[in-house]
Amino acid sequence: MAMNQRLLPLVVFALVMAVIPFIPGVPPFWIVLLDNIGLAALVAMGLVLLTGVGGLTSFGQAAFCGFGAYTTAVLTTAYGVSPWLTLPLSLLVSGIAAVLLGIVTVRLSGHYLPLGTIAWGIGLFYLFSKLEFLGRNDGISGIPPLSIGSFKMLDPGTIYFAIWIAVLISAILTMNLLDSRTGRAIRALRRGHVAGEAFGVQTPSAKLLVFIYAAVLAGLSGWLYAHFQRAANPTPFGAQAGIEYLFIAVVGGAGYVWGAVLGAGIVVILKEILQSYLPYIFGGQSQLETIVFGILLVVLLQLAPTGVWPWLMARLPFKPGRKVPDTSLTLPARVREPGASSVLLHIEKARKQFGGVIAVNDVSFDVRAREIVALIGPNGAGKSTTFNLITGVLTSTGGTISVLGTKVDKAPPQEVVKLGVSRTFQHVKLVPDMTVLENVAIGAHLRGHAGALASMFRLDRADEARLLAEAARQIERVGLGDQIDQLAGSLSLGQQRIVEIARALCVDPLLLLLDEPAAGLRHLEKQRLAALLRQLRDGGMSVLLVEHDMGFVMDLADRVVVLDFGTKIAEGTPAAIKTNPDVIKAYLGATA
Amino acid sequence: MLFLLQDGITNGAIYALLGLALVLVFAVTRVILIPQGEFVTYGALSYAMLATGQVPGTARLAMAMGVVAFALDLFAARKSLRLRFVARAAAINILFPAVILALTYSLAGPKTPIAVNIALALLIVAAIGLFLYRIAFQPIAHTSVLVLLIASVGCHLALQGLGLVFFGAEGLRGPALSSAALTLGPLRFTGQSIAVYSITVAFIVALWLFFGFTLMGKALRATAVNRLGARLVGIRTTLSGQIAFLLASVIGAISGILIVPITTLYYDTGFLIGLKGFIAAIIGGLVSYPLTAVAALLVGTVEAFSSFYASNFKEVIVFTLILPVLVLRSLAAPAVEEEKD
Repeated sequence: MAMNQRLLPLVVFALVMAVIPFIPGVPPFWIVLLDNIGLAALVAMGLVLLTGVGGLTSFGQAAFCGFGAYTTAVLTTAYGVSPWLTLPLSLLVSGIAAVLLGIVTVRLSGHYLPLGTIAWGIGLFYLFSKLEFLGRNDGISGIPPLSIGSFKMLDPGTIYFAIWIAVLISAILTMNLLDSRTGRAIRALRRGHVAGEAFGVQTPSAKLLVFIYAAVLAGLSGWLYAHFQRAANPTPFGAQAGIEYLFIAVVGGAGYVWGAVLGAGIVVILKEILQSYLPYIFGGQSQLETIVFGILLVVLLQLAPTGVWPWLMARLPFKPGRKVPDTSLTLPARVREPGASSVLLHIEKARKQFGGVIAVNDVSFDVRAREIVALIGPNGAGKSTTFNLITGVLTSTGGTISVLGTKVDKAPPQEVVKLGVSRTFQHVKLVPDMTVLENVAIGAHLRGHAGALASMFRLDRADEARLLAEAARQIERVGLGDQIDQLAGSLSLGQQRIVEIARALCVDPLLLLLDEPAAGLRHLEKQRLAALLRQLRDGGMSVLLVEHDMGFVMDLADRVVVLDFGTKIAEGTPAAIKTNPDVIKAYLGATA
Repeated sequence: MLFLLQDGITNGAIYALLGLALVLVFAVTRVILIPQGEFVTYGALSYAMLATGQVPGTARLAMAMGVVAFALDLFAARKSLRLRFVARAAAINILFPAVILALTYSLAGPKTPIAVNIALALLIVAAIGLFLYRIAFQPIAHTSVLVLLIASVGCHLALQGLGLVFFGAEGLRGPALSSAALTLGPLRFTGQSIAVYSITVAFIVALWLFFGFTLMGKALRATAVNRLGARLVGIRTTLSGQIAFLLASVIGAISGILIVPITTLYYDTGFLIGLKGFIAAIIGGLVSYPLTAVAALLVGTVEAFSSFYASNFKEVIVFTLILPVLVLRSLAAPAVEEEKD
């Protein structure tokens, strides 16, 4: 059933596309348009992954088409290599170009990235048009057609099949990739790197991966283009084209694979209509279509800033169903050494300075096995900074922090989580347009092994099923089983905090760090949370929590550490802390 | 050697002006202003047409955009229309371009002094810049940088197409601001290049004074740092956006008027000039005015030298110049968390 729901629309789409050329009376010109739509859709699909899903805006995709097209153009014309042999080479050249440019570019933050891509996009365009062996501005002509045996794909109606088979396969592979362990890591990129890294995602390589993926799709489009036009010149690989691909993706709906196909259809057909009909209406003004096209684009963005595909989907009478994870599958649990020292987390004179401000001032404390420790203090006392030091988000200025005897003060978050320390965030860091299940499954990232290629070809299903089962179990455990298929962004803030706890539990942690877990919860929900935390402790886990709700803390914690202005002022049992004069002074300002 | 450097600095000064405008607009509105190049060509070619005694089509465009902006203003405020509001909107959107249009028609002629032509060209482009923000960007000011960018591209396409309609496919040159020249040792400074230097410096100083010492300048900076925060303390962020666009279009038009006597400009030249301003702005990190100015001089110089020694690869060299800079910037950039929507 689940398979059918996934496959049925695909099969229908494939059949419709396959039948179109055989319908009598379809003008050959329509087929050319469809060819162009397919070529543009391939590039835009890469951009959906790169820009819409991964949040990395690139204006340079047309240049990667250029790499694909010129590779095959040079090899087939100058060296007589068969077009089919140049396909892997075209993809490889685009991919290598992406690696080189990507290493430089994907590390750029925010707006540097799109601007950087404009710059090298234009640079490469001029390079294509100046190099002797690429034929300078005239390009290369006389590229042989694709052929199977003696059958040559000479006319638009035959290469049509090659183009649309490529579109269909790419769409399936892209959707498979997005619906996987790697896909979740990619989808988390857009929301910043801290949350993903806290669960072991290597953000730089995830970014590089989507960059290469998008470039290879563009290279594929370029390869097809070269054999479709039977010629390659620099014009279609310039900055204007790069910009156009980006708006195909945005118009269609930048986060959606089929948005790329829809967007390509809208933009290509719109341009064609404008080019062929406007001159009749307004007389021979040649540039009129660009003017109208530009204006229509601005108007369209004002009406549907998220693109046309999601707008259409929201109006569908039926909603696609979701698969239910089989919770009988299990992941291997973390190996807990029985003889290990009882001190889980050891903090010795940890210090963090931001310029002149000392946020954490030589703080020392321990968390032992099977213990709930609360870290309290007024606002600005350095509690969240301490959390960030422990989890490797910040590097400490001095002192040592060790987990089970391993020093972690210089370790990145991805290494800390491997030791069995997982956390939640004071400001919730979920991906709002992913379901609760998908968000929680990010927590199990390190417990799965399937890579991007395995995911694309669906070889990851066993691994994936175990990850989702674990996620579903943890969601059930925290009591959000009814919300499992809702989008995380649609939950209340309190529920989102609980989702974060479920995500942290997916790590199978030894130590759970909770940053204000009870904020935004109602009384009953707080009681349930306290019960859950006690149950976790009794099961062998340790919990370190920051919390402002004193009733909650004093009831729950075995031990309390109090910080004020970055300095530890007290440590002890809840009862002792309640009567500690320093603590009362810190909270109430004077001796009460 | 020395004349290459001189040439580079003259070009660089123009890129610096454009870079400054781009930084300004991006900081205040988050719009990456691709149509900056059109402001350059509109200013330059309007001035060149006025110099031949013709009325440029841009004056009519400003009027038309004013009417659209007025309609949008009325539509946006349809629930609470008050006479004062309508009067104010009409004054800015209808009266202002109408006056410019009337002035252009009455003053345009073969004998119009250069200064009047410059003033007219500046006014026309200023109005276009102002209305462009109102029409295309104000309604989507809250959306992501990506959507703003695509809208910006749309504006670029529309304006460039209109540029062809107004000015034709033939390039134009304008009369020089001054025919004076100065010889210093082996170097010859034309009045035009001196004007380029002095106006660039004047603008940099003026922007520095404006942002450092006036309330409006500080309000613009506040909008740049935090839109919501700026609104909460009573800064009208739409006004900030309009001012940023106004300034950017005036700066663009001035750059255009400064270079059109030196080189022939075509309706589509602006895009490439604007992009080089971009490179300077990126090297400056989109935040620092002095750094952008220095970077622009660098871009101009590299361009001059590479056009002499490797003219075929001039653009390749200029545009790949950015990569090492970006690498350095990324290495130096702190790993801060950014929340994006």
